[in-house]
Amino acid sequence: MNTLTREARDGDRAHAEQFIAPPASVTESAEGYMLEIEMPGVNKDGLDISVENNELTVIGRRSVPPVEGTLIHHESRPENFLRTFELDPSIDADKISAKIEQGLVRLTLPKAEHVKPRKITVS
Amino acid sequence: MDLIRYQAPDLAPWSALDRWSNLRDELNSFFEMPFWSSLARTGQLFTGWSPALDLYESGDNVVAVVELPGMRKEDIDISLHDGTLTISGERKRESTDGEKAQRTERYVGAFRRSIALPTHVDANKVSATYQDGILKVTLPKAEEAKPKQIQVS
Repeated sequence: MNTLTREARDGDRAHAEQFIAPPASVTESAEGYMLEIEMPGVNKDGLDISVENNELTVIGRRSVPPVEGTLIHHESRPENFLRTFELDPSIDADKISAKIEQGLVRLTLPKAEHVKPRKITVS
Repeated sequence: MDLIRYQAPDLAPWSALDRWSNLRDELNSFFEMPFWSSLARTGQLFTGWSPALDLYESGDNVVAVVELPGMRKEDIDISLHDGTLTISGERKRESTDGEKAQRTERYVGAFRRSIALPTHVDANKVSATYQDGILKVTLPKAEEAKPKQIQVS
C-alpha cells in the first residue's frame, strides 16, 4: 500500500514538471520550413525532440553550472522549455533535422518531394 | 410615475465599478490586438529587447549572467563605467531571398542593459564567457571591497 502511494506521488511530481514556452520564429521557403527556438542554457544533451500524431514537441532542459555567491538581482526563470507545433501535412517528418548553437535551436523541416514546386518543360 | 427606476442607495457605488470594469475590458481587448499583444507578451513597450540578467555576489567576485540565445560573440559589447556595468549588442536579421516569415516571436535588433554594481571592482581583471547562449561576466572585487579578517592582537 505504501509503495503504491509513493508511486502515485512520484507520478504526480513527474507530471508537474514546470515548463515555459520559449519564443520561436518560423520561416517558410520553397524547400521547407525553418523553425528557430530560443533556449538559453540548453545544450545538445538537454534537447529532446519528438514527433507524434503530427505534432512536433521540443523540450529543452537547462544545464547551467551554478554560480558562486549569493543572488542579489534576479530576472531569469528556472523552468525548462517546452514548445509544441502542429506539423503542416506538406512536411516530411522523417527528414526533420535539428541543431543547437548558443542556446538557439534550429530545426529544418523539409517539404515532401511531391509538394515542392516543380517546373514542367514543354516538349 | 418615475422615469428613473428606483435604485437602492447601497448599490449605487457599484455602477462606478461597472464603468471601471468596462474600461478595463476595453483596455484588455486593446492589448489583445495582435500588434499590442506581441509587445505586452514580452513586456517591452518601445524599449526594445531586454534580456534577463542575474547578478551574484561572492567574497571575491561580482558575477553577471545574461541570457542571450543565438548571438555571435563579436556582437556582444561589455563596458564598465563609473560602477555601472553595461551589456549591449545587436542581433541581426538573417534574411534570405525566397523566405517568408510565418511567425516572428524572436526579437531582432539592438539591446542594452545597465546595472549598478554593489561594490568597487577591478576593471582590469574583468573576464567574460559565452556558452550555450548564456553570457557570464566575472568582475573581481577591488582589494578595498573584499571582506577582510582582522586579527585581534
